[in-house]
Amino acid sequence: MTWGSYAALVALGAFHGLNPAMGWLFAVARGMQERSRAVLLRSLPPIAAGHLASVAIVAAIISATRSVVAANVVGIAGGVLLVGFGLWRLLSDRHFRWAGMRLSAAQLAGWSFLMSSAHGAGLMLLPVLATTPVPVTHAGHAMSGSPAGALTGLAAAGVHTIAMFTVMAACALLVYEFLGVKILRRAWFNVDRLWAGVLVAAGALTIALTT
Amino acid sequence: MTRWTPDPTFYPSPSDAAGAPAEKLAYVAAFDRAAEQPDAIAVIDTDPASAGYGTVVGWTDLPHTGDELHHFGWNACSSALCPTAPHPHVERRYLIVPGLRSSRIYVLDTKDDPRNPRLVKEIPAAELAAKADYSRPHTIHCGPDGIYVSALGAGQGGDGPGGIAILDHQTFDVRGQWEADRGDQHLAYDFWWHLTQDVLVTSEWGTPDMIEDGIVPELLLGREYGHRIHFWDLAKRTLVQTVDLGDQYQMTLELRPAHDPTASHGFLGVVISVEDLSASIWVWHRSGGGFEVRKVIDIPAEPADPALLPPALQPFGAVPPLVTDIDLSVDDKYLYVSCWGTGELRRYDVSDPFHPIFLDSVHLGGIVRRTPHPAFPDERLAGGPQMVEVSRDGERVYVTNSLYGSWDDQFYPDGVGAWLAKVDVTDTTFTLDERFFPHGDEFRGRRVHQTRLQGGDASSDSYCFPS
Repeated sequence: MTWGSYAALVALGAFHGLNPAMGWLFAVARGMQERSRAVLLRSLPPIAAGHLASVAIVAAIISATRSVVAANVVGIAGGVLLVGFGLWRLLSDRHFRWAGMRLSAAQLAGWSFLMSSAHGAGLMLLPVLATTPVPVTHAGHAMSGSPAGALTGLAAAGVHTIAMFTVMAACALLVYEFLGVKILRRAWFNVDRLWAGVLVAAGALTIALTT
Repeated sequence: MTRWTPDPTFYPSPSDAAGAPAEKLAYVAAFDRAAEQPDAIAVIDTDPASAGYGTVVGWTDLPHTGDELHHFGWNACSSALCPTAPHPHVERRYLIVPGLRSSRIYVLDTKDDPRNPRLVKEIPAAELAAKADYSRPHTIHCGPDGIYVSALGAGQGGDGPGGIAILDHQTFDVRGQWEADRGDQHLAYDFWWHLTQDVLVTSEWGTPDMIEDGIVPELLLGREYGHRIHFWDLAKRTLVQTVDLGDQYQMTLELRPAHDPTASHGFLGVVISVEDLSASIWVWHRSGGGFEVRKVIDIPAEPADPALLPPALQPFGAVPPLVTDIDLSVDDKYLYVSCWGTGELRRYDVSDPFHPIFLDSVHLGGIVRRTPHPAFPDERLAGGPQMVEVSRDGERVYVTNSLYGSWDDQFYPDGVGAWLAKVDVTDTTFTLDERFFPHGDEFRGRRVHQTRLQGGDASSDSYCFPS
């Protein structure tokens, strides 16, 4: 991982943290409902954890497979297909499965996991992860690269999530303490469209960097 | 297609919504009782500065006859800002219009020409029956990411259970039945929710067989119309608690939860008590782990000369108030109560929901009174204030006069007519607007049922953020 890679991961984390739909708005709503900053603050870690889990799965898979593509491509592709299908099954009904506002910390993390996964949060890290050289302990022993690669991926997800958490917390506190939710009506531009644009750009960049 | 910025008619909190600009147009469901002409959405100019103020300025005929349009609603509203599934960039542009008698649901687009909404989709009765096993769609509410439609009957035949169907908020496809476990709930009518508390409330009228040919005296005196309300887990879609008001209270109809998302009370209108023909208003509120329901307003029947009464009421020698609709202002301060039988629209101060204070009222129509509108003092009016709609800022209240085709005919056998009146409201005054009274031929032979206001109103939106 280069400094440039880490900078990119932090920037993407900040972008995810900025998106009200990724969780800070939920934290604000819970805080306002209970009229308690503590409730707001307590909501943030589970949301970050859910996001981390979603991103880490993708990051670990990408980083691990880079060094063992030939050996594992079938297994990984099948796994991804299964995970994808499972998520689609889950999310195709998402509107009513996750409609609740009164969630426990674990449920909140689950909500965040689904929200991040559905939006392809982890995939957005593809250009950084796919182009990062993987440390190989024994040259020529492809399999030994796998866990190390996965660890790189997890580190990347961690850096990304810390950035996400920081920005998310800052947004939540700023809106809760000073701005008020009225700001949403003016400032909430359509992040989903920008998000889709960033995903496409990330895909293009990955192709450009790996060919 | 989604927007780049949130729909400007979405508000995070009720106090923000109360500061909304005044509506320029009102949409009114108009139906032909004879089912010879198509039902329609009539569009009324509500801009006092406009030359067309108080008149019908647009009209959209529907393609079929015999629908009997009822409580239509918006595809999206302020609940799209709710954080569980935020969709702030969808638009409030489609009216979802159910035909209570035909079981069809229409989708009308108001965006390109707000004065002449355009039909863009029709959901046939067969689709509603096949996918959700419901018929007789009645009330629409825009949820955070779906459209909820209450229905009075089961998919086939004239019996229940009625319940709630879900429409996709982008394609308007019927997604299915909302209930995961309904327990013994069978009768359906209205529903709304405490969105931030994962609570949904439903009320009871009757199955299609019990209502479609008019009120059935044996069922009423046999105390068989709905007299319960139900509390559901909105997230799990299961029935959690049922409260029975007592079987003398017949027809627990309109539900109006507080708009304040931190409040957990709401108001319920009951049409009639078979013991003394009175109507009543009840409050539900949290108590311990569940809900309790308490009567807070009684409106007595008024003695009347039997000769002036329709046959159904002659044995009683009295006019029941028949509270058929209620509406709560967005600031949760005023409750408006329609007395369709006596022809009165009442206003209560419900700042303390358990101790409502009667403030004032206006009279229009009524089974015996037949009070004329001040702008047309020589026209004795039939019907009474029925569906009530309150503007977001709380300064204007609109009332239409038809209840339900076959019931209109029973209580107003010489014809119910068609009129839409507007009441101007301040904290101290409550007066009919003499410039605003579209009625009679302006509605082209249709009866008028429900009003929706451009940009939203007091009974369309729900909010996830407190003021």
